[in-house]
This record gives sequence, C-alpha cells and structure tokens, in this order.
Amino acid sequence: MKTVSRPRITTLLCVLAFGPAKNLVFGQVDFSGSWNPLYHEDYPERFPGPELADYAGLPINAAARARGDAYDADRISVVMEYQCRPHGSDYSMRGSANLRITKDIDPESEQAIAFKTHIGWMEEERTIWLDGRPHPPETAVHSWAGFSTGVWEGNMLTITTTHLKPSYMRRNGIPRSDKAKVTEHWTRHGNILTVIVYIDDPVFLTEPLIRSENWMLDPGQEFLPQSCEPAPEIPAPKGTVPQHLPGTNPFLHEVADWYGLPVKATRGGAETMYPEFRQTMGKPEKPVPAKCDRYCTCGMNGGTCDLR
Amino acid sequence: MTLKFPLLTLALAGALFAQQPPTDAEVQVLPVRPATAANGAIYMISGDGGNITVQVGSQGVLMVDTGLAPLAPKVMAEIRKLSKGPVHYIINTHVHPDHVGGNEAFSKLIPPNRAQPLLIIAQENVLNRMTTPVTGSTTPPYQIGLPSDEYYLPFKDLHYNGEAVIVYHEPKAHTDGDSVILFRGSDVISAGDVFTPGGYPFIDLERGGSVEGEIAALNHILDLAVPADKQEGGTLIIPGHGRLCEEAEVVEFRDMVVIVKDRIQDMLKKGMTLAQIKAAQPTIDYDTEYVSANSFVKTDQFVEAMYKSLGGK
Repeated sequence: MKTVSRPRITTLLCVLAFGPAKNLVFGQVDFSGSWNPLYHEDYPERFPGPELADYAGLPINAAARARGDAYDADRISVVMEYQCRPHGSDYSMRGSANLRITKDIDPESEQAIAFKTHIGWMEEERTIWLDGRPHPPETAVHSWAGFSTGVWEGNMLTITTTHLKPSYMRRNGIPRSDKAKVTEHWTRHGNILTVIVYIDDPVFLTEPLIRSENWMLDPGQEFLPQSCEPAPEIPAPKGTVPQHLPGTNPFLHEVADWYGLPVKATRGGAETMYPEFRQTMGKPEKPVPAKCDRYCTCGMNGGTCDLR
Repeated sequence: MTLKFPLLTLALAGALFAQQPPTDAEVQVLPVRPATAANGAIYMISGDGGNITVQVGSQGVLMVDTGLAPLAPKVMAEIRKLSKGPVHYIINTHVHPDHVGGNEAFSKLIPPNRAQPLLIIAQENVLNRMTTPVTGSTTPPYQIGLPSDEYYLPFKDLHYNGEAVIVYHEPKAHTDGDSVILFRGSDVISAGDVFTPGGYPFIDLERGGSVEGEIAALNHILDLAVPADKQEGGTLIIPGHGRLCEEAEVVEFRDMVVIVKDRIQDMLKKGMTLAQIKAAQPTIDYDTEYVSANSFVKTDQFVEAMYKSLGGK
C-alpha cells in the first residue's frame, strides 16, 4: 500500500475543507432566520407612532421642518394613494418590524449572493446583493425598498441603499427624499441582531441621521399575509390635498406642553441631537407634568400603551 | 430637471427655431418595458433636453419627442441599436425646443418611405405655435419637421407595434398644446413637461399654460396610472425631464403643486402683493428638493407664474 506523507494529507484536507481559496470570505455571519423586534429604543415613536410636530433629535433643515408643520394627517385619508404603502426600507425596521431573513446561495460557488428581508408591515421585500453588482443608473425607477448592496467588514455587513422612493424620516410629516443614501451596519451577537442606520439626505438633513434597532432571534415566529385596498376615508373634491396653511397648525406646541418641554427642543435641527443643547434650549412654556400622562407603560414589548 | 438653463433660455429668447451646433453631451438609454408576444418594447432616452420615449416592435419605431436638435444624430444612433425598422411616428408632447428641436433633424435622418411616410403627431396648438413668427425674432419659424398629423379633439389614438397608443390633450397645463401619451398594452405613460420630478413645473403662461390646467393634467395622469400591489410597480411614467417614475412620484409632485397653489391663493385672498408673497416663502419646504444650480425654473419664477395664473396683477 502506498503511503501518503503527512504534509500532503494536510494540504488535501485543507482543499477539501475550504475549496478554492479565492471564494472564501472570512468572518461572514449568517443572518438567516425569523427575528422579533425589541422596542426598548424609542418605543413611543415607533409603535403607537410619533407625536405631531415632534422633530426632536432629527438633524433636519428648515425645509423639512416646514414640511412637517404643514402636514395634516387627513392627507392619508383623502389622498388614497398614500394608503397601503410600505415604509421606506430605511424606516421599515423601526416600525412594526417582524423580520424574516433568508439567504440566496450560488449553487456553484456555495457563496451567499444575497440576503432577502421580509418585513411584516405591508410584506415589504428587500434584496441585499452581496455579489458586487453595481447600483442602477440614476434614471432607473425607484422603490420603497430601494436598491441595496452589501459588503463584509470583518463580521459586520455594511449595506448601501439608493433608489428609494420619497418617504418619511418620522411618521409625522418629516420627509426623506429620493436622493437619500442609506448606510446600514448589521452585526449579530448570538441571538441578537443589531442594525445601525445612517441616512444621508442632502435635501432635508444638515447632518446624517443615525438610528439603531435590535432584534431577537425567534424561530417560532409566524407571519400573516397582509392585504390592503385603498379607500376614500374622508370625501373631498378631486385633487384635494389637506395641509395646514403657514401659521395655522394648532398642534405645533402640543407635544412640548404634554411633556413639559421647551418648544425649541421639539423643533428639531442638528443641535437638538447633542447633550450641549440642554444649556441653550430654554425653559418649557408649561410645567413638567407631576406624573406621567402619555405612553406611561410603553417599553420593550410593552404591548398596549397607556393613553390615559 | 436636467435641462441646462442657458440653453433653453437662448432658445426661448428668440432663437427658438435656430439650428444649433453638434453637442458633446451623452445620451443614456434606459429599458422601460421589455417586448412581449403582443407589444413592442419601450425605452427612455435622456440627455440634454427633454426625455425621449421610444417604442420599437415588429412594425417599426415610434418616438415621443425628439429632444434638442444637436443631439439628434446620437439619439438616432441609439435608436438604430434598438431597431433597424422604419421610424413611422413622432409624437410631440408640446412646442418647446427641448422636445421638438430634433424634429427637423430626424425628418432628414429618417429615409423617405412612400408606403408609409413619417407622421408627426401633435395637438394643433403645437403646429400653430411652431408656424407663428415670434415677435421680435429674426429667426423664421420652422419649415421642416412640422406636425403633419395634428389633432384638435380631446384625444387621438392609433394602434402600433401591437398595442393601443392614446394621445390625450391636456388643456392649458404646462402650455396650451400638451399631450400625455398612454401605451395601453405596455402600461407606460409618456408625460411630457406636465411632470418634471426634481424640478418645479414650467407653467408657460405666454404659451397658454395655467396652474389649474397643470393640476388637472397631473390628476389625469393619476387616473390613468394604476399601481400594483402595495402602491408599487404597475404603470411606469416617463417624465419630460428626470428619472423614470411610478404613480407614487406623480402623487408627490401633484401634491406639491396643489399645496403651493393653495398657499398662494390664500395669500392673494389676503390682498398680499407678489413681493409680499415671495417674502413669505410659500415654497420654502420644497425648494431644496425642486431647485438646484441647473434648474430651469427657479423659486421666483414658479411663484410668479402661480401668482399670475391665479389672477394676481
């Protein structure tokens, strides 16, 4: 019997174990699975929904602020085309974001060529391409999910998304434009998925908006199909677009008064993101409530919020 | 809006019908809808000037608009890559030279066809304006590349490359001769300058445009467009300038026009002058989205056109 020397066996085992070395990407993480969102960050904004005219912590410019001030929520009831829309993919992970991630494998190389995400709200599907393909030309059609490509940085997946349809940064009329570029960093620590989102929007932001969300692996999670049909909820003449004319929005001080905040702090702008702002934000017009009045029981998976 | 300001200003300021030298500008061809067993394929060609819609199929080629004259050879070269068939139709969405400027050049580039000569379709006001001398201009009106199949009814239709093509007149919108074209089988709308995402609409009051007509035209596009599930996909809309869109973007654009109109109308009711209205910044929340260094329509022009169209003196 012919003997095989130890170094040759070692080489053979290496080739069998790893295949062609050029295809290997060390540090890749598998994000596949069903994930349950953890709402311990910004729960009231994310689940019941943001208060009207609360722009705190958003590095918005004057245009975005004015857009928010003019926003009348009746618009969704009157302009039916706003109904049944998914969130933009930069926002969808902040909402009712039960998440399923699957992985597409190239059968020849056995390498992952894409992750696909399915978000519960409006069944939004997104593909994150990992195969190095370029983004489409600027003139191509845009979508709610946008066009996403991912690259590995160690065990972190960095995703770049463009070609987003115009949507919102906060669901109270603060817009996000179709010129935005969104960068995400995905990391997995055991059963916890952390996503950090950077939004660069030259139209409505003076600095990038940075947010983070977490999920817990939940293999038993089930998704229900969602169907949606637009319908006129408030009859109005054709072409009506509800808005608050400049200077007429009665809700601009509401959130400040409810929470005993200086109005300036609710108006947004990059300065409201930083701790130093406390020194200059002024005093509230109304006193801080003696006890909690709104969203008092909201928290991580708090279920219903107490709206007493 | 990608149109370069000096170029169109030059054209509109008296050299409206002048020949222009060749250009170094590039053209991009974007596939919009692939061919099917029934329909031809649709493409969007963009560059300096307005977007050009091209439908190619077994019968030949149909174009919507011809762009600026200097780009015509490059556009024709791209069309020839898509189809070797005869160009049978050009449909002009309106009279501005960034959309009809290539008519003459294409009339010469397209080989004569006795069996089925080239037809140039447009609403009759396009022909009237192209053949009317511009006051103060020494440049004669167009002699070649004029609409040869003008229409005056609310719409005109034809069947080409396996599908119905319907040309709708949108009265007193961007101009008084606007057409919006529906490719019914392909489910594609070519909107002309009624819809210019990324740029304020040019409401050309001198050529019969009006803000109410502009809104009515946008509402009509919304009536024609049908999104697929979850308000995405479905009808594709090729704007006069800018990227390929769907219904959602037309909604955004229509809403912007209505919101600004409502504000200016309210200010007019309060007796505010044009200067006071401009100072009140009724478009402040839209300027960063719709105005850039290359924009043809700046904020003041948009507000002024609205003001005059709504009866401001």
